[in-house]
Amino acid sequence: MTEWERLDRFLRTDPRDVGCEEAMAVLHIYVDLIVAGEDAAGRYPGVAAHLEACGPCAEDLTGLLAAVASD
Amino acid sequence: MTYCRTPSPRPTPQWRRLGAGSVASVELAGPTERELDAESADWLRRLSAGAGALRQQAERELHARLVRIALAEVSRRSASTPVTGPELTDVAHQAADDAMLAILAKLADFRGESRFITWAYRFVILEVSSKLGRHYWRNPPVTLDAAQWERLPDRLGIDPEQHAASAGILAEVRRVVDDDLTAHQRRVFVAVVVDGIPLDALAARLSLQRNAIYKVIFDARRKIRRALVANGYLEDGGVERR
Repeated sequence: MTEWERLDRFLRTDPRDVGCEEAMAVLHIYVDLIVAGEDAAGRYPGVAAHLEACGPCAEDLTGLLAAVASD
Repeated sequence: MTYCRTPSPRPTPQWRRLGAGSVASVELAGPTERELDAESADWLRRLSAGAGALRQQAERELHARLVRIALAEVSRRSASTPVTGPELTDVAHQAADDAMLAILAKLADFRGESRFITWAYRFVILEVSSKLGRHYWRNPPVTLDAAQWERLPDRLGIDPEQHAASAGILAEVRRVVDDDLTAHQRRVFVAVVVDGIPLDALAARLSLQRNAIYKVIFDARRKIRRALVANGYLEDGGVERR
């Protein structure tokens, strides 16, 4: 990936992105869908777009997945 | 300055002082237990069982789980936070206590769209995020408004060998940031993107929600990209032009 492509990828925004608040409101549902092997991103494309772009929310997703897996 | 303190003595958690009847009736607002998986239904039944031993035991079990998850989560995030040692452990216990309070207060909001325990763990994970953001400022590796523009290539993951080649476009990014963003957008963009301050830490510092900071960054990214496209640095489709 060239430096232009890296910059472009960073600057590019997805109009489907629902933002942190909405994504976090359904994070538990999203995680259970993933754990069940279902298409979480397909059911919640706006959440998937957000988790792709927002580091802190993606970190929360990783944390919740780890928590559920630890049971 | 290095901030380090021993964990504060832990008083009786507020969630243990909640009186009977402080949790709204799940049966009235939530799904019937028949709609839930057996484990979730059991949690709800026991946590809604009035002030007796059944409920107290369920609260102890749930709190113990939240503490375990919080400790694991702060450990998992330890490499990306300046919070360390006993303070990190303290953050985990505070997160578990506050998550417990929130769960009990919002029990009636649980609609059975996920397993109960996944819903409950979400509270503690989000509490850990929020508290680590607030504790960041006790020993911050970078100050607010440091504006370390020389670090931007690293922040964007640009290979050091490409730094010279990227100097032109990064100078244009800086020009757009300086000239086209609002003062608030500029401050937030520089703090998060240029200086690498965690979004939750900045949110705590500015007394804003994470979503408000994210929206500012989102709008700034869009504005910067539009300017780079308009000035011929990027094509609308994202292909290199210069």
